[in-house]
Amino acid sequence: MATTRIHRLVLAFPAGLAVVAGALAAQAAGDPVAGKAQYEGTCGGCHSVDANRIGPMHRGVVGRRPGSVAGYDYSPAVRRLGGLWTTARLDQWLQGPQALAPGAKMYLSVADPAKRADIIAYLASVSPPAEPVRGARHQRARTVDAGAKR
Amino acid sequence: MTTTENDAQPADTSARRKFLQTAGLAVGGFGMLAVASAPALAAGKAKPKMADAKGDVGVLQGALALEHEGIAAYTIAGGSGLLTPDVLKIALVFLGHHKGHRDALANLIRKAGGAPVEPKTDAQYTAELNLGALKTQGDVVILATKLEMGATNAYVGQIAALQDHGLAHLFAQISTDEAVHWAILNNALGNAAPTPAFIFG
Ligand code: HEC
Repeated sequence: MATTRIHRLVLAFPAGLAVVAGALAAQAAGDPVAGKAQYEGTCGGCHSVDANRIGPMHRGVVGRRPGSVAGYDYSPAVRRLGGLWTTARLDQWLQGPQALAPGAKMYLSVADPAKRADIIAYLASVSPPAEPVRGARHQRARTVDAGAKR
Repeated sequence: MTTTENDAQPADTSARRKFLQTAGLAVGGFGMLAVASAPALAAGKAKPKMADAKGDVGVLQGALALEHEGIAAYTIAGGSGLLTPDVLKIALVFLGHHKGHRDALANLIRKAGGAPVEPKTDAQYTAELNLGALKTQGDVVILATKLEMGATNAYVGQIAALQDHGLAHLFAQISTDEAVHWAILNNALGNAAPTPAFIFG
């Protein structure tokens, strides 16, 4: 019964569900302390929290527009993303940046969901607390629509 | 210049020659992929391959940028006067490895028709890595340990994105070089080896 309802929901809103599921997974399990060490080890070859290096700086990334750090030379793929970086969207990005933004300049992926959740919890901890989740979801939907029409 | 560096390190020569041979194999594989895709495109088959090759060049460019940064870090820290002669000697060996990686990556990018990304200025690297804050040899070794850990993981974490098996092999080679650097530096800091398996990745 419940399964049928979920099934119908999945058919109707597969992308939306994935976003929500991703957000729940990321928010439920993430440990920012473990995430800091994971971040330094896995992302620290290219990123710093407070400096643009091979990749852009990460302070404030949760809740900010993709491709918006001044002084960093982003790919058009990331600049065109629109919307905001939510924890859910970061989870998608870390599963495969090229799937989310084909042609992006980042190729590293993190296969382990728990590790992604920890890293994202750490990124959230170096970002302003109020994440505008609802607004971001709407913006994201618009972006996806716009992309599909092109 | 690269030849001179090789000549100056006789102990390294055979390993380096082997490395370059393997990198050569990778060039062959990668080059073939790019060339073969042109006629196949006409047959409507090669589009993904073209895209893949383009993606692989993107991965190589990021890796090259990473090597440029590592080279700058070792060069600037090496010239800072903070390192004792024995530590400097090790740093210069690692610097040589990073230059070897840089040359292999840049060659592959050129063979694929790309323009290898150029290094930033020393002033930029100094600011981005906060090199001005390094006051002791210990500070330098801690930074180098972090960068080598990050580099190892960066290579390991991008292998899945590579389409060309020769390049995947090259990335495995480079990541293990960086892992050796990390292990030596980590040991110099007096840190134990991590207990759990799968230290990188
Ligand atoms: C090999 C280098 C490399 C590694 C390792 C790497 N990244 Fe990136 N990252 C990049 C580059 C390059 C970009 C810019 C992408 C573009 O402009 O297309 C980027 C962009 C990003 C962005 C978009 C930021 C913005 O301002 O829009 C996020 C988020 C991000 N990376 C997170 C991570 C996380 C988290 C990790 C570790 C799990 C990581 N990256 C590891 C190179 C890397």
